[in-house]
Amino acid sequence: MFENDTIIETRHLNIYYGDFKAVTDVELKIPAKRITAIIGPSGCGKSTLLRAFNRMNELIPGSHIDGEIIFEGKNLYDRDVDPVEVRYRIGMVFQRPNPFPKSIYENVAWAARIHGYKGSLDELVESTLKKAALWDEVKDILKQSALSLSGGQQQRLCVARALAIQPEVILMDEPASALDPIATLKIEELMQSLKENYTIVIVTHNMQQAARASDYTAMMMLTDGTRSGTVIEFDETNKIFTRPRDKRTEDYVTGRFG
Amino acid sequence: MKFNSIDPKNSFADNLSARTRSGKTWQLMFLLATIVAIITLTLLMINIINSVFGYAIIDSKVDPATLAVDGISIEEQSKEQLVELLRANLSKGAFNKMENEKSFTDRSWSEVLSVVEERLLKFDVLKTWNLWDSLFKRTDVTQEYTAILEENPNAQLKFISWLTWERVVRPQSSEPLTAGIRTAILGSLWTIVITIIFAFPIGVGAAVYLEEYAGKNWVNRVIQTNINNLAGVPSIIYGILGLAIFVRTLEPLTSGSLLGFVDPTTANGRTVLSAGLTLGLLVLPLIIINSQEAIRSVPQSLRHAGYGLGATKWQITWAHVLPNALPGILTGTILAISRAIGETAPLVVVGASTAISFDPTSPFSKFTTLPIQIYQWTARPQPEWQHLAGAAILVLLVLLLSLNAAAIIARNKLSRKF
Amino acid sequence: MFEQTVSTENNNGFPKKIDGLKKKRRWSEFIIQMSLFLAGFFSIFTTLGIVYTLGKEALLFFKRPEVDLIEFLTGTQWQPHIAEFGILPLASATLLTTAIAMLIAIPLGLTVAIFLSEYATLKMRNTLKPILELLAGIPTIVYGYFALTFVTPILRDIFGKDVVNIYNTSSAGLVMGILILPLIASVSEDALTAVPRSLREAAYGLGATKNEVVFKVVLPAALSGISAAVILGISRAIGETMIVAVAAGAGPNLTLNPFKGAETMTGHIVRISSGDLSYDSIDYDSIFAIGLVLFLSTLILNIISQWIVRRFREVYE
Ligand SMILES: Nc1ncnc2c1ncn2[C@@H]1O[C@H](COP(=O)(O)OP(=O)(O)OP(=O)(O)O)[C@@H](O)[C@H]1O
Ligand SMILES: [Mg+2]
Repeated sequence: MFENDTIIETRHLNIYYGDFKAVTDVELKIPAKRITAIIGPSGCGKSTLLRAFNRMNELIPGSHIDGEIIFEGKNLYDRDVDPVEVRYRIGMVFQRPNPFPKSIYENVAWAARIHGYKGSLDELVESTLKKAALWDEVKDILKQSALSLSGGQQQRLCVARALAIQPEVILMDEPASALDPIATLKIEELMQSLKENYTIVIVTHNMQQAARASDYTAMMMLTDGTRSGTVIEFDETNKIFTRPRDKRTEDYVTGRFG
Repeated sequence: MKFNSIDPKNSFADNLSARTRSGKTWQLMFLLATIVAIITLTLLMINIINSVFGYAIIDSKVDPATLAVDGISIEEQSKEQLVELLRANLSKGAFNKMENEKSFTDRSWSEVLSVVEERLLKFDVLKTWNLWDSLFKRTDVTQEYTAILEENPNAQLKFISWLTWERVVRPQSSEPLTAGIRTAILGSLWTIVITIIFAFPIGVGAAVYLEEYAGKNWVNRVIQTNINNLAGVPSIIYGILGLAIFVRTLEPLTSGSLLGFVDPTTANGRTVLSAGLTLGLLVLPLIIINSQEAIRSVPQSLRHAGYGLGATKWQITWAHVLPNALPGILTGTILAISRAIGETAPLVVVGASTAISFDPTSPFSKFTTLPIQIYQWTARPQPEWQHLAGAAILVLLVLLLSLNAAAIIARNKLSRKF
Repeated sequence: MFEQTVSTENNNGFPKKIDGLKKKRRWSEFIIQMSLFLAGFFSIFTTLGIVYTLGKEALLFFKRPEVDLIEFLTGTQWQPHIAEFGILPLASATLLTTAIAMLIAIPLGLTVAIFLSEYATLKMRNTLKPILELLAGIPTIVYGYFALTFVTPILRDIFGKDVVNIYNTSSAGLVMGILILPLIASVSEDALTAVPRSLREAAYGLGATKNEVVFKVVLPAALSGISAAVILGISRAIGETMIVAVAAGAGPNLTLNPFKGAETMTGHIVRISSGDLSYDSIDYDSIFAIGLVLFLSTLILNIISQWIVRRFREVYE
C-alpha cells in the first residue's frame, strides 16, 4: 500500500471497556519512521486505540480487545508476550505533561537505569536531551526538580524521557493540547527531527497540526447509530486534507462537522 | 373570619424576621457547644497542672544532716560513698538482699541515691495541697502545718513541683518522693520500637498490596472489610489476644528462652516483646488505612508515566508511588504510634509489671510503660500518688504533642509537589 | 511484507531487547508480590486469632462445672469466689456508662458537627477541627484521671458526699461522653457535608432561611449517616476501658444508680488481669468469655454502622 515498511498492523481490532465496545473493527498499517496522525471527534476512541498499541489499555480494569495488533511480525496480545516488554519498545507521551517529581536528570535517567543500561548515564542524559532539543535550556539545572520547568519544557522532557530508552515507536496522545502555540510549535519541530529514527503516532484535535506535522492520517468516527468508533479513512495526510474519499472526512477536516 | 383582616404582605415580613432571629439563636447554641469542647480541653490541662504543683508537708524519720559525711550532703556524695553509707546503716541481710536484686556496682548514682533516701532518710509525705489551694488557701495550709509540727518536729512545709527533671530520670520506687518515671519511659520506648518494627513494614506492605496489586475479587474485598472492622475492635480485646497468643502460646519465643536468652527477672512471656507485638496488632489496621489513603492520593498519571517507560509494577511503586506517598504514610504512622503510646488497657491485660525499678535492657525484659505507671499511681488512694500521676501525665502529653508536631512537620517538609 | 526492524544501533548500552517480546521471568517481582499479599492477608490472621482464642477459652469457661451459659446470661451476680458468674451486673454497668456518655456525646457532637459544616467560617473550622483532633488524641487514661480527680469531686460537691460515691458511673460516663464527642462530631460532619449542594440550593431557591435549610433539608438527608455515627460512638463507649477502670469503681454491682460505683465488663477484665493471672484459674477463662461478649457486641454495632454508611453513599454518589 505504501512504499514504507509497516511497523504496526491491526487486524479486526475491537476494543472493549467491560461490555461496552469502544472501538470497532480497525484495520490499520502504521508505517515505520513516519508520523501518523489519528484525528476525529471527541469520544470516538482515538486515545483508546492509541493505548491499545502498547497495552496501556489493560491497566483499566475490565478493558480487553479482540483481533490482533502485529508489531514486527508478532501479535502483541499473544499469551506469551510480556506487556512490560511491549511498553519498553513502544513508548508513550501523555496529554498532560507528567514528569516525575524528581530532578530533570533523574527523569531521563530512571528508565534507562531500571532497564539495565550499561553505558554512561551522564552521556545518555546529555545526548537524549539534545535529541529532544532541551539540552541548552536545562543543562545548568539538571539537578533541579522537573516540576520547576514550564509546561512546554515539561512535555519535551517527557518526550526525552521516552527517548532515553530508545523505543522504536513513540505514541503521543494530544501532546500539545495543554500547551501554548509556541510550545506546541517546538513539539512539532521536535517530532520532525525524530522521525528519522522513530515511528511516531500522534492523536490530535488540531487539524492544522495534523496537516502540518504528519505524513499519514487516520480519520476516526463513531459508526452510525452506535457509540463505537472506527477508522473510516486512512491515507497520506495531504490526500486526507485535499481529496478525502469519505464525505464525513471532508466535512470534518473542513470544519463542517457536527 | 380573622384571616381576611391580616395584610398578607405584612405577615410574611413578620414571620421572616422571626425566622431569622431564631437562626441567630441557633447559631449561638452551636458556638456554645463548640466552646464546651474547648473548655473541657482547657479544664483537663488545668486540672493536671493544678495537681503537679503545690505545698506538701514532708516528714523524715532521720534528719538528713546526720547522714552528711565531712559536711558533704548526700546529694553531693559519690556513688561509692553512698553505697558505704548504706552498708554502714543497713542491716547486713537487707543490704545483701538488695545487692542480690541488682549489684550496687551496676546501679547508677541516682538509683543508689533513691535507695538511700528510701531506706535511710525515710521521707514521709504527711499532707499535700494542689496548686489552687496552695495559692488561695494559704491560711489553711499554715494552720494545718502548725498543727502537724506539734507531733512531728522534723516536718517541713515545702512548695514543690511533682514534676522535676530528677523525677524523669529516676527509676520507679515505692516512695512517692523518690519515685521516678525513667523505668516507665524506657519501657514505653522499648515497646514502641518493637511495635514500629513489627507493624510498619506489614502495614505499608498491606496498603501497597490493597492499593496497587489487589484486583477486584472477593478475597481482596474480604481483606479490606476485615481491616476496616479490626480498626473498630476495642483495644482491650487486643490485650486478651496478646495474652493468649504472645504471652502464653508463644512463651518460648517471647520470654527469650527459645533463643537461649534467659533474663533472670523474667521467667514468662510477659515481656516488652509481647507488649510491643500486641500494640503492633492494635495499630496495624490504622497504619494500613492511613497508608492506603496516602497511596491513593498519588496521581495516577505518575503510574502511567512509569508504565509507558516499560517499568514493572514494583519498579513504579518503589521509585514513584512510595516516595510520593511517604509524607502521608509517615504522618499516618506517627498518629497510629501516638495511639499506641497512650494505650493502657491491652498492656494491663498482657501483664505489665506492677512494680519494677530496673530499666528494661532487652526485648525479653519485664516491662511497665508510662500510661501503665499513670494508671497504677492514679489507682492508689493516697493523694501524693495522684500528684505523681499528674506529673507523669504531663510527660506523656508532652511526648505525644511533640510526636504530633513531628507528624505535622513531616507532612509539610516532605509534602508532595504536585 | 513484514520485516524485522530491530535496529542494532538502537541497543547501544542496553541489554539486547528480546525478539518476539517473550515473557520474562521476573522472580524478584513475584516474590515481592507474594510478600505484599501476605502482608495484606496478615490481618485475616489477627481476626482468626481473636475469634479462635476468644472462642476456645470461652468454651473452656463454659465447660467448667461451676458455670452455666443460661446463668451467665441471666444471673444477677458476678462473684467468682462463690462461683456466681452472671454477667448482668457487668453488662448493666457497661450500658449505664454508655448511656450517660451518649447523653453528652450525641447532642454536643451533633451540634458541633452542624456548626462546623453549616455555620462556621473557614477560619473557625481551621481552628476548631485541630482542637477536636487534639481532644480525640488524648490517651484515655488521662481522661480517667480527669474523671477521678476533677469531675468526681465536683459531683460530690454538688450532690453531697453521701449521695455520690468516690467511684461512680456518672463521672466515668460524663467524661467518656467528652471522649466520644469528637468521633460523633467528625463522622456526622462527613455525613452533613456529603449532602449535595444542589439540595441546599433548591431549598434556598424556595426562600428558606439558613435554619430551615439545615433542619428541614440537610439534617433529614444526613440522618442515616448521623445514626451511623451514633452507633459507632456506642460501640466505642462499650469498649472503652481506662476511664471506667479508674473512675467507675471496682466490684460488680447491679445498680442503675449513677452515683454508685459499678464495674463494667472492660473494667472487670482490667482489674482481674492486673498482676500475674494464673493460666488455669477460672478468672483467666472468664476474661475470654466476657471478651467474647464485648467483641461480638462491638462488631455487630460496627457492621451495622458501616452498612448504613454504605447505603448512604449509594444514595448520593
Ligand atoms: N476508562 C474507561 N472506562 C470506560 N469507558 C471508557 C474509558 N475510557 C474511555 N471510555 C469510553 O470509550 C470511548 C472512547 O474514549 P476515548 O477516550 O478513546 O475517546 P477519544 O477519541 O480519545 O476522545 P477525546 O478526543 O475526547 O480524547 C468513549 O465513549 C469513552 O466514554
Ligand atoms: Mg483522548
